[in-house]
Amino acid sequence: MTTGNASSTFGRLAAAALAAGIAYVPFAASADEVVNIYSYRQPALIKPALDAFTAETGIRTEILFLDKGLEDRILAEGSNSPADVILTVDIARLTNAKEKGVTQALDDETVNANLPAEYRDPEGHWFGITKRARVVYASKDRVGDEPMTYAELADPKWKGKICMRSGQHDYNLALFSAAIAHWGPEKAEEWMTGLKNNLARKPDGGDRPQAKAIMAGECDIALGNTYYVGLMQTNDKEPEEKEWANAIKVKFPTFENGGTHVNVSGAALAKNAPNRDNAVKLIQFLSGHEAQQIQAEQAFEYPVEPGLEPSPVVKAFGELNADTLPLAEIAKNRKEASEMVDRVGIDDGPAS
Amino acid sequence: MASLSETAAGGKGHPREARAPRARRERHSLTKLFALVVCAIVLMPILTLAGIALTGTGEMWPHLVSNVLPRATLTTLQLLAMVSVLSASIGVTSAWLVVAYEFPFRKTLAWALVLPLAVPPYLAAYAFAEFFLFTGPVQTLYRAMFGFQTARDYWFPDLRSTGGVAFVLAFVLYPYVYLTSRIVFIMQGRNIADVARTLGARPSAVFRRILLPVARPAIVAGVALVLMETLNDMGAAEYLGVRTLTLTVFSTWLNRGSLEGAAQIAMLMLVLVFALLLAEQWARRRQRFHAARATHIVARPPRTRLTGWKGPAATLAVLMPVLLGFGVPFYIFGSYASRRIDQLFDPALLRAFTHSVTTASTAAMLAVFVALLLINAARVARSRTVSLLTRFAMIGYALPGTIMGLGLLFALARFDNALDALMREHFDYSTGLLLTGSATAVVLACSIRFLALAEGAIHSGLEKLPPNIDHAARSLGQSSFGSAWRVLLPLLKPAILTAAVLVFVDTIKELSATILLRPFGFNTLATFVYEQASRGVVQDGAVAALLIILTALVPVVLLSGALMRDREAML
Repeated sequence: MTTGNASSTFGRLAAAALAAGIAYVPFAASADEVVNIYSYRQPALIKPALDAFTAETGIRTEILFLDKGLEDRILAEGSNSPADVILTVDIARLTNAKEKGVTQALDDETVNANLPAEYRDPEGHWFGITKRARVVYASKDRVGDEPMTYAELADPKWKGKICMRSGQHDYNLALFSAAIAHWGPEKAEEWMTGLKNNLARKPDGGDRPQAKAIMAGECDIALGNTYYVGLMQTNDKEPEEKEWANAIKVKFPTFENGGTHVNVSGAALAKNAPNRDNAVKLIQFLSGHEAQQIQAEQAFEYPVEPGLEPSPVVKAFGELNADTLPLAEIAKNRKEASEMVDRVGIDDGPAS
Repeated sequence: MASLSETAAGGKGHPREARAPRARRERHSLTKLFALVVCAIVLMPILTLAGIALTGTGEMWPHLVSNVLPRATLTTLQLLAMVSVLSASIGVTSAWLVVAYEFPFRKTLAWALVLPLAVPPYLAAYAFAEFFLFTGPVQTLYRAMFGFQTARDYWFPDLRSTGGVAFVLAFVLYPYVYLTSRIVFIMQGRNIADVARTLGARPSAVFRRILLPVARPAIVAGVALVLMETLNDMGAAEYLGVRTLTLTVFSTWLNRGSLEGAAQIAMLMLVLVFALLLAEQWARRRQRFHAARATHIVARPPRTRLTGWKGPAATLAVLMPVLLGFGVPFYIFGSYASRRIDQLFDPALLRAFTHSVTTASTAAMLAVFVALLLINAARVARSRTVSLLTRFAMIGYALPGTIMGLGLLFALARFDNALDALMREHFDYSTGLLLTGSATAVVLACSIRFLALAEGAIHSGLEKLPPNIDHAARSLGQSSFGSAWRVLLPLLKPAILTAAVLVFVDTIKELSATILLRPFGFNTLATFVYEQASRGVVQDGAVAALLIILTALVPVVLLSGALMRDREAML
């Protein structure tokens, strides 16, 4: 009889759930030293640096990966929030955390000495830990070695040859915000329309698939972040990605001031950090030499620490001359950039 | 059938009970009160979001109205239309074929047709892209056959389009329609079909003019689920670059920093769903079906044996949806996973698996319990309020998981903090984040999100029982509780099992609410995949992705098998 089966299935389910119920007690901070991290950054990417931190200080790290709504969650949790440190990418997200009031100011000598002033909030609400440049991936076969400008992306000579991920993605919004800051909204919008008309296809996927599309001959150039190229070149698990990376070279486009757009990944001290001392130690550590080196070597990011070289893989891309435009300027234009993306309809792909 | 349920809920036809003794009335009002409290909890996320929407200034509307909404709404409506037509055709055709005809491998395919239910839409979108886009096997083969070199040499349907997203979604969501329409075809289709045929109607005319209209409420129930899943989908549309209303909610919230605006658009989407459901009911207003609702199908009606080329053709037709909806994702993730077998022994993966299974079973039981309670309250206490509120709460299923989770987060966190403050003040004891700091929030979110599935399954199970079966029990001396417990519940067991399985499977697949609400150290298989895949390396999450599919597969197969054997009260 089926009914018999059904009821015994229920019995088993009930027993399993009861046993599991024990696991559903609230998260309790254990007695040992710990620092709780809410992270927009992928755990595997920052794990090497966090492991080094634990090895040096004996402080355990708990990490909660959360992309959409990280700030809102801390806001909702209020004074009981377990968050100590917020790790995130993109300058606009760092400033957003500050504006939402989920961070607190930190004026720490070590951190301030480690990080150049342009890569941290003047009021100490956020700290840039690593840099990445938004560059052009170009086909080795079909594109020459001449220098490029961002403005050129709107030149009709690239018609049907450019690929990119969604214009509403953090990384593209930051680049567009920088364009607005450099050129003013009107010229930036004209440029964005030109870029849209040059697209080979509707924006989709992440940065890596754009390299794949270049290999496949769907487009000649694409927008992408620097570290993805390093990650693809060294991907032993998915050797296919090495082929994508081999099909492209990195070009550093520039604005009129000769600078290439860079963004940061950063850290902030959470407003109600229950383990404040440990949180400060972690931010100190991340701004320090050892962590900077680990991030450069293993995640192919540019160190923020002055004078520290990037990894040989990244150095091989060429010389990065970072744009001197203050990051805060970029963050300010985000809403404008997002609306412009909708207005121009860049995510609808090349004009019909 | 809808009309019958309304009668059951509205109680127009039971004059005897209108003069119920006072004791019973009081017990009923207690049931009603309890149901209202449950309704309030279930409605909490939507109400919180509505509150947030009301605080908005509306300053982003000029931009939305002139640049975003017309297009996004059109895209969304197109998507909804395409997904419903496609999923309804696949679901109904395959259901009719396996019920009415005999062809090779029919039995195996009859249960295999449910398999795509185990595949989360966001994984399906990725797998379809790998399979059908330029570098995938399909186009590579196509190029090899015709000697093309680059993408500019030939035309191929683009998956990165509204039609592409509809294609992906329809092939993983059609089982909802298949499940609901197959039952109707089995239970009542045959009798009237046989009558029509003895009167000289041709088989195609019987299907079109008799069976389709009879099955319409069931098809609509299935399609409604498909539509709501389409509306709450975020992953597939985003991955394939299609700008739906759902994506507008996110760009408004995250890129333009307006949670209020996002909540306003989300509320607008709920109105859209409500309007769609109303429109369907209105279109059906003149139709009344009083088909015999047999609890016993004594003799299985004979199936027409398809001969010659027709047999294999039917096999192929029914095999296609299984191959696409289940085969393609399984093949893509299987091949990635086979290169990462070592990950299987990762203790973090094992923990994620345990969390997934425990969360899903708890959510399934909770959702079934709440659904039974609400249905019973609407039935026994004949409360229109409960019935209406229940209906309204179900629409929450159409909200994207993150947005619904956000509503729940704000509500629960407020409760947690208030309780904590109270306890600190009076007992000098801190309860901290009692709910939002534990996996309880995740379980609650999934139970509330997928309550629509449980309610739908049990409700339709109830509709298939003779309307007076519990009254018969009552006249034999049972109390209303006794008749529900001793008569209805046993008869509803297959429906309850279906409800539990649907909630279980969707919870295993659930990603967005879980990722927002989970506590430290708590990963489910879905969030585990997402952590791995968020850098753009979906391959690293392949083992976990495959585990999601396999874990969801077990109850789906059990359910399919149970329904196959159980001819007494087939769902």
